[in-house]
Amino acid sequence: MKMNGADAILRSLEAEGVDVAFGLPGGAILPLYDAFARGTSIRHVLARHEQGAGHMAEGYARASGRTGVAIATSGPGATNLVTPIADAWMDSTPLVCITGQVRSNLIGSDAFQECDITGITIPIVKHSWLVQDVEELPHVLKAAFHVARTGRCGPVLVDVPRDIQEAAFDFSYPDEVSLPGWKPPRRGHERQILAAAEAIAAAERPILYVGGGVLNADATDELRALAEAARLPIVTTLMAKGAFPETHELHAGWPGMHGPKWSNWALNKADLIVAVGARFDDRVTGKVSAFAPGARVVHLDVDAAEISKIRHADVPVVGPLKPVLAELGRLLAEMPRPGSTEPWLRQIAEWRDAFPLRYNREGDMLKPQLVLETLQELTAGRDDVVWTTGVGQHQMWAMQYLLCDRPRSFITSGGLGTMGYGIPAAVGAKAARPDATVVCVDGDGCFQMTQQELATSVLEDLPIVVVIVNNGYLGMVRQWQDMFFEERFSQIRLTHTVPDYAGLARAYGAEGFTVESDDDLESALAEALACGRTAVVDARVDPREHCFPMIPAGAAALELVEFEDTVAKVSA
Amino acid sequence: MKHTLSVLVENKPGVLTRITSMFARRGYNIESLAVGPTERHDVSRVTLRIDCETSPLEQIEKQMHKLVNVLRVSELRPGESIERELVLMKVSAPPSKRAELMALGEVFNARVADLGPDSIVFELVGAPEDVDSFEELVRPHGLQELVRTGRIGLGRAQKPNVNRPKQHVLA
Repeated sequence: MKMNGADAILRSLEAEGVDVAFGLPGGAILPLYDAFARGTSIRHVLARHEQGAGHMAEGYARASGRTGVAIATSGPGATNLVTPIADAWMDSTPLVCITGQVRSNLIGSDAFQECDITGITIPIVKHSWLVQDVEELPHVLKAAFHVARTGRCGPVLVDVPRDIQEAAFDFSYPDEVSLPGWKPPRRGHERQILAAAEAIAAAERPILYVGGGVLNADATDELRALAEAARLPIVTTLMAKGAFPETHELHAGWPGMHGPKWSNWALNKADLIVAVGARFDDRVTGKVSAFAPGARVVHLDVDAAEISKIRHADVPVVGPLKPVLAELGRLLAEMPRPGSTEPWLRQIAEWRDAFPLRYNREGDMLKPQLVLETLQELTAGRDDVVWTTGVGQHQMWAMQYLLCDRPRSFITSGGLGTMGYGIPAAVGAKAARPDATVVCVDGDGCFQMTQQELATSVLEDLPIVVVIVNNGYLGMVRQWQDMFFEERFSQIRLTHTVPDYAGLARAYGAEGFTVESDDDLESALAEALACGRTAVVDARVDPREHCFPMIPAGAAALELVEFEDTVAKVSA
Repeated sequence: MKHTLSVLVENKPGVLTRITSMFARRGYNIESLAVGPTERHDVSRVTLRIDCETSPLEQIEKQMHKLVNVLRVSELRPGESIERELVLMKVSAPPSKRAELMALGEVFNARVADLGPDSIVFELVGAPEDVDSFEELVRPHGLQELVRTGRIGLGRAQKPNVNRPKQHVLA
């Protein structure tokens, strides 16, 4: 069918099953936006900043399991996508970014709003294309979606010069991709899976260390079947939160820098770690040489390059996790086991009871942890809540206190640690799951980085609830300056009151609530959750609260610092 | 520990940038790099000489495999492969020294590619180690300019029967 490149982009997206795209128009992408105006089945969500569009596409992808699509113009539009692309790269979020580029004859001439976005993004994309001939366009888009979604998920970028968008050609969407160099593994090696099963059967203190790869692989059912069949405890990383029901007896919490002591003990005192779609991130391991010193490692991952990258894998299994976990579960169900994991599970339960999360409940100010505890109480048992977060103390408290029983119900920026991720990700999640109650747990610092997307939320009818754990500071920086820089506080004070967050919310046409005491907290949160509109709850909390436990940077995971330790230190 | 990697890539724009960017980002050292066409017009061969410990080599190979335009990565192991390098070197050669230098060149099978009143340009194709030796011997005579192509290599026609050049093939 005869059409121009811009129409061909939309027909290609439609053929890929894209139902929502997030973006912001500009000069070099005008033909594509003209094509939107002429008609498409794709809903376009107009962001207020391209970074917002990118994080929305990420939030959409994480909430739905589909590939997110973000659109921006050339130059600054494209560079504003760099942070979301880097974020998607670190967290393996499938993302297709489409950017306008200046006309082909102007490329390389320093034209208005020209920048080499394919060059800029090379280190943070799985692949990118600068389309040089309109005839290539359908093949490039087909390949872009294929690469973003297969193997280890991640971002790709398609840069389309304006004249290519305008050029007419005979469009047909290809059925197949031709990528001779792209060969993600299609199955795990049978002998390796058997070796993994044997290692698990022989272990006395095995543990599943589960990362975000399980969600990308849509393998949570297989994971649960395996854990239950073999009676294996599970720790889930920040990226895997919700991949295994957190109220399940086999869930052993969350490992890493701010994970509970009992979870870190379970992981570090195991004799066999079965890493599943996880990458031994420094925030999980602490000092690598001291991490889980007595453990052998079985490592299951779709990305061969993760095997033995940080920690040597005794039994590597490269392959897609869904069939690998299914096969592993089947083998273990049939395999005779010399011992039982029940003593080990009892040991972990004892640690859990001995080392609960604790904080100082005294004082005249609202405690940040109480905000999260109350949110958990108000939403316990609900299956329609999707959480997003920014990055910092509030994010770690959200990890600790919110219990997620369903996959894709906790959406956060893990690897890149992108402040400001929460609000746009929530808007994107709401677009993916219109029936869900989407709640962004944010910090006051994060909120101010992407607050403009409240306008998108209100005007696109994508209502979200933003709960600001407002301590008036860049709280995590404050905590580090307090603990590791001898309390020399430097450039962290934001204040509780500027801006007036509830007033700002109302200026955007949203509901605004200000909470300053324990007494107002529950009712304000309940009202915000129930209002069905975009709402901002400004919970003004005690800035002196630190997030504990904590593995200090560079320390061994077993040397984590607990709340009580600091109390003891102060009183000693 | 040094290794030579022979990498077949799609002949597409930016492919070399993607490889070198990945090396730079992950802190891998490239000692020499040669790129050129192969028997297939749509495929190029990149030969990389890298300096690394053994375990990072595996990491490097795996990371290269993740690049969409990379078709195959093989290590060219000593004894199982032929490696060659071309060098051009301009050496000070006043008439009094010329005969001595040319005799030295002959020992290494170096050709005289150009001759001027005060200098000679030698051309030598050889195993990189031989190129090194020749360079060291010539250097005291006044090495004015030098260019090396970087090494290229292929697996031997007659392979030792056990180990083929190590190929890392996913699934």
